[in-house]
Amino acid sequence: MMLAYTSAELTSIFTMQSFAGLSLFSVLLLMALGLAIIFGQMGVINMAHGEFMAAGAYTVYLCSMLTAKFAPAFQPYYFLVAILAAFLIAGTLGYFVEWGLIRFLYKRPLDTLLATWGLSLIMQQTFRSTFGAREVTPTLPDWLMGSFKPTETIDIPINGVFVMGLTLFITALVLFFTFKTRAGLRMRATVQNRVMSSSVGINTKIVDRLTFAIGCGIAGVAGAAFTTIGSTGPDSGSRYIVDTFLVVVFGGTASLLGTMASAFGIAQTQSISEFFLQGTMGKVATLLAIVIILMIRPQGLFASKVRRA
Amino acid sequence: MNNVTKRLFGGKEGLIGNLILALILVVVLPSMLDIFRLNLVGKYLTYAFVAVGLVMLWGNAGVLSLGQGVFFGLGGYCMAMFLKLEASDPVSTKIQSTPGIPDFMDWNQITSLPAFWVPFKSFPFATLAILVVPAVIAYILGVAMFKRRVGGVYFAIITQAIALILSLGIDGNQGVTGGRNGITDLRTLLGWDIRTTQSQYILYFGSVALLFGCIMISRWVLSSKMGRILNAMSEKEDRVRFSGYDVSNFKIFIFCLAAMISAIGGAMFVLQVGFISPSLVGIVPSIEMVIFAAVGGKKSLLGAVYGTLLVNSGKSLFSENFPQLWLFAMGGLFIFVVVLMPNGLAGVWVDYGKTWLAGAKKRLMEKSPVGDVKAVGEAPQL
Amino acid sequence: MKTLKAITRVLTTGICICLILAAGPAHASDFPTSKVNTTGLAITDTEVTVGQLHSATGTMAISETGSIQAEQLAIEQINAMGGILGRKIKIIVEDGASDWPTFAEKAKKLLVNDKVAAVFGCWTSASRKAVLPVFEKENGMLYYPTFYEGLEQSKNVIYTGQEATQQIIAGLDWIAKEKKAKTFYLIGSDYIWPRTSNKIARKHIENVLKGTVVGEEYYALGSTSFGSLINKIKLKKPDVIYAIIVGGSNVAFYKQLKAAGITSAKQTLLTISTTEDEVLGIGGENLVGFYSAMKYFQSLTNANNEKFVAAFKAKYGKNAVIGDVTQAAYLGPWLWKATVEKAGSFDIDKVAAASPGIELTTAPEGYVKLHDNHHLWSKLRIGKWRTDGQADVLYESALIEPDPFPKGYQ
Repeated sequence: MMLAYTSAELTSIFTMQSFAGLSLFSVLLLMALGLAIIFGQMGVINMAHGEFMAAGAYTVYLCSMLTAKFAPAFQPYYFLVAILAAFLIAGTLGYFVEWGLIRFLYKRPLDTLLATWGLSLIMQQTFRSTFGAREVTPTLPDWLMGSFKPTETIDIPINGVFVMGLTLFITALVLFFTFKTRAGLRMRATVQNRVMSSSVGINTKIVDRLTFAIGCGIAGVAGAAFTTIGSTGPDSGSRYIVDTFLVVVFGGTASLLGTMASAFGIAQTQSISEFFLQGTMGKVATLLAIVIILMIRPQGLFASKVRRA
Repeated sequence: MNNVTKRLFGGKEGLIGNLILALILVVVLPSMLDIFRLNLVGKYLTYAFVAVGLVMLWGNAGVLSLGQGVFFGLGGYCMAMFLKLEASDPVSTKIQSTPGIPDFMDWNQITSLPAFWVPFKSFPFATLAILVVPAVIAYILGVAMFKRRVGGVYFAIITQAIALILSLGIDGNQGVTGGRNGITDLRTLLGWDIRTTQSQYILYFGSVALLFGCIMISRWVLSSKMGRILNAMSEKEDRVRFSGYDVSNFKIFIFCLAAMISAIGGAMFVLQVGFISPSLVGIVPSIEMVIFAAVGGKKSLLGAVYGTLLVNSGKSLFSENFPQLWLFAMGGLFIFVVVLMPNGLAGVWVDYGKTWLAGAKKRLMEKSPVGDVKAVGEAPQL
Repeated sequence: MKTLKAITRVLTTGICICLILAAGPAHASDFPTSKVNTTGLAITDTEVTVGQLHSATGTMAISETGSIQAEQLAIEQINAMGGILGRKIKIIVEDGASDWPTFAEKAKKLLVNDKVAAVFGCWTSASRKAVLPVFEKENGMLYYPTFYEGLEQSKNVIYTGQEATQQIIAGLDWIAKEKKAKTFYLIGSDYIWPRTSNKIARKHIENVLKGTVVGEEYYALGSTSFGSLINKIKLKKPDVIYAIIVGGSNVAFYKQLKAAGITSAKQTLLTISTTEDEVLGIGGENLVGFYSAMKYFQSLTNANNEKFVAAFKAKYGKNAVIGDVTQAAYLGPWLWKATVEKAGSFDIDKVAAASPGIELTTAPEGYVKLHDNHHLWSKLRIGKWRTDGQADVLYESALIEPDPFPKGYQ
């Protein structure tokens, strides 16, 4: 297979595929960050995570429609505002979901799984009834279209760069929040020892709610980023849920660093195997590799010191 | 006699429960429904096999698998491969470029039967494969996971990944598996036409019989010493381990048992519906099968059947009359059952129904002694 | 109060009966039910029931919504003209949910339970293959609107869309001539239609056009990451990308193509799976300058089409778009009406026997005729996409005879 290409072509392949891999890495990481916070830190399995992503994507679509209708002059700038809106709306939705559903199920992780699956069905149908069964796309600003051309054969899509930049920014924000702010400190304390935290005066209920909301908000941003790559439909969320979970589990659920390493590894493997194998089989090969590695090392790449069953 | 009743049915009460279900399935439904709807019920019953397996695996051994569709699908595909080969004899397929092979292989420019298809020309092999292939895969997965103490949520997610792998694998190999279309246009089983009305009745009753068989086998297992250990495992696994039992071996056994039962369901599905497709193998159907068990009561074998029938009838009814609403209903059902009815219908029966019944009995028989009333909250025996 | 209600009811029924009797040329009394329905279909003196089986939900909804709308428009127009044989058409609508087992189940319900006289439905070949055994066993009649790979012919199906030779061969001939194309990269969604179509395309390219196929790849329905594929295409630099991507994946593919800098200025692309419906979701600006080979485009300028587009927009909004399959779906009820009237009966066997030779001069695509093999004689057109989501029609062939089992291509 490798011999079918000249060496110049091979270099181009590897550059472009690595970039495709990096692109995929940022998408996976953005999706997995929110989940890593919720699952890794709180032990809650949110099967509706994909739908929060879709909520973010639909928010961007709505912003696009509203800008086109009421403020066409604003068109080139609305996208960044839309991303912020996606974060806020998905986050608020998450806040209420935690309050209305999740907080009853903390001691029962398998039940949260099923209940949130039910929630995902409801959200999917809500999207379908509100926005229609057809897929929708927001009108993307011109500065996101096209690509850089460092050489003749290498094209780096601009939206890929944008998504990577966004991912770096969000990841930095999350790490900063978790490790450098008092709110993050409270979050970590609650996760590690709930009883002690509440006895020193931390309102663990509110901390939980905010953590869940932040996780969902990040999912909303992931969805917003995703609109640059594909269209959004009512069941867009369910396409990525398994991948996202695998990224988190593979990395070791309690470790944000693990999530990043895992997203990187999976993305590059998938990119490269998709190139040399047929489309679908590339995905199958990657999934098989992950499952086999997980069977050998179930705690993931970066295991936590506390084992969760 | 008493011991047999207890082992197979769960005591006198269980016997009555079994009889009532048998009455409904064998007498009431066939006389009330036309063959189209009865065939649908037959289809739901094949899902009930998976639910029964889940009751064993999840309700009694405490292991949640979100990939039972894999085993259902494997059983289904084994049966479908046999039936397809039977329907692809050289005479019926003479308009193909290569007669004698299934039509979808011909469309994909395949000119000879792939090696792994050839043994399926034999019915004994196919029947054996339906049981053995899922069991072997369950064994491998079980050893890899349970021996390493992977449980709970991790295990559930990995079973999801397996379901995804299998459905993508089938999709992506259209030439040898039928791909997205699945394997369609199945006609006869050993010369017997499975599509006639009479055959559909026979297959329906066959499914009912096999289902009861699986339920009785499961109950036999549950009422043995292993059953008590399983019960203990689902409550406090570590203590069972500390008592010297190898917990993983029990889990592996139950996982294989659940896989085989699901596979039988898959095979009966193919016989009644006439085709198989990868959409029955993936994540969504696997999770739906869990909800069937949950609605009925995850510890209750008979409840699994009721749960499956109820949810599926609701699904058909809703999607025919209020297509916009049925996902709301389904999602709401998930949430409702999980949050408010964790022991399902069987739990409701035990907590409220039985006490009400006992009270009613007492009121009817004024001079009966008090000692007959059972305590509330006892583990359901249904 | 009760008497008043009863009187109102009697009066309304009486007025309705008078109106029905006074309506259209075909009176039910000319066609007694006992004569036109000898097989127990759901037909009364005033009504005939048909079924509609499409995906209203799932990944195919983006493509099938148009068919649903067109069929309902046609039936509404037929009813306004008095119906068929003096009977109004009643529709039972079922959702296949982009899931083939569901299609088969609903097909069985429509034929066995509801006993409909005809079914207008399906879109993907997979859904058609799943329901075909049901239609043949229960002796139903399906009007199938999508362009497809051929290699099929059934007494119980009328194919109102083009089969592969009509769509693929003429299109490839045109592009090879116009663009002097020699190398082709074939891509598609992973199921029977793209695979079989590319098989035919490959044979035509290699044997007749004497060109080369430099790549052939398939991606699962619903997949959205085409980065690797696009990189491979860039490396191979084919003269023509021959694309058969279906459903929602279209949007991701064309967007990513544009993001990677592949536009019509540098690369020719011919597709047989993208109509105005898909372009609505993709965005005209992502497709501008690429070509589609279809028998119908919304921008066709003949009198039939202008009336059709106006009626469609009046009912479904001025932003509605009409693709090839939508128009083919629109033909279904009209063809059925013509066939029933010729046969003088709703019985499936009689309808099947009366089908060959049925002509429609009022079709928006122009003139069509039913062949013995239950397919349509039709023309092929090549359209070049504009930013507004409509196509400039650059080429129109003569009427092509349908040939679902072409020699040399199997």
